[in-house]
Amino acid sequence: MKARVHVMLKNGVLDPQGEAVRHALGTLGFDGVAGVRQGKVIELDLADGTSEDTVKDMCEKLLANTVIESYQVELL
Amino acid sequence: MRAAVIVFPGSNCDRDMAVALRAAGADVSMVWHKDATLPDNVDLVAVPGGFSFGDYLRCGAIAAQSPICNALVAHVERGGYALGVCNGFQVLTETGLLPGALMRNANLKFICKTVDLKVETSASAFTEGYNAGDTVGFPIAHHDGNYTADADTLARLDGEDRVAFRYTDNPNGSIASIAGVLSENRRVLGLMPHPERAVEEAHGGTDGQALFRGLLGQFAQA
Repeated sequence: MKARVHVMLKNGVLDPQGEAVRHALGTLGFDGVAGVRQGKVIELDLADGTSEDTVKDMCEKLLANTVIESYQVELL
Repeated sequence: MRAAVIVFPGSNCDRDMAVALRAAGADVSMVWHKDATLPDNVDLVAVPGGFSFGDYLRCGAIAAQSPICNALVAHVERGGYALGVCNGFQVLTETGLLPGALMRNANLKFICKTVDLKVETSASAFTEGYNAGDTVGFPIAHHDGNYTADADTLARLDGEDRVAFRYTDNPNGSIASIAGVLSENRRVLGLMPHPERAVEEAHGGTDGQALFRGLLGQFAQA
């Protein structure tokens, strides 16, 4: 089985990289991009039967820094 | 004072740190990240600058999970001293030994220059060699030094006099211009600027000497 983990900066945490991407899109002529937030997608190849709780534990301990990041787990 | 300097793959300020500690009189040993224990009777563990594990995932995140960091956390929980500089500061926040986190610099650039810092408190073994309000020049060399913490944490840091250094001219977007913070028991200091790169005239400045000499002085008295 696989799981996909989405890690994003929490709302309210300034994202200078997202802001740079937004600015670059504007330069390319894409008007109306009000905001860009950049995150990470991490795909995990897991033993069958691995629980969502185990993946969340991985997020809490390593994959995300919960001081600044939030995460979502998607079991595939 | 007995000090241990942790070496991770990608550390590049470990020897500078050892030289600065030895110059101040410390007995220094280097410890490898795969070691599970620190040398006996270590007073201070220094976590050096560099790019441990290539900054993969997040700066300091992989290093914080290495075997030696379990020993580091136990050392701090026993009341031991720890100093984290640059990548070492990132490692200390990732282990949870210091609050907050370090993000990409606000201008997205790697910044390498000497900056002025204001010493905010002399009430710690690391800063007792300075007077609160002193201005010191330490080099910075980082891409991810933009300190952030939530409002409650910031209020606690201010209320408990735990901001050790602030930038006089904020180079990286750090909240409240914070350059270095202390733990609750004031025995753990993390800072982005490099005091160990300001201890000899040839470095262009010696403002970092007081940090190491002050620290050693505390142990000499004990």
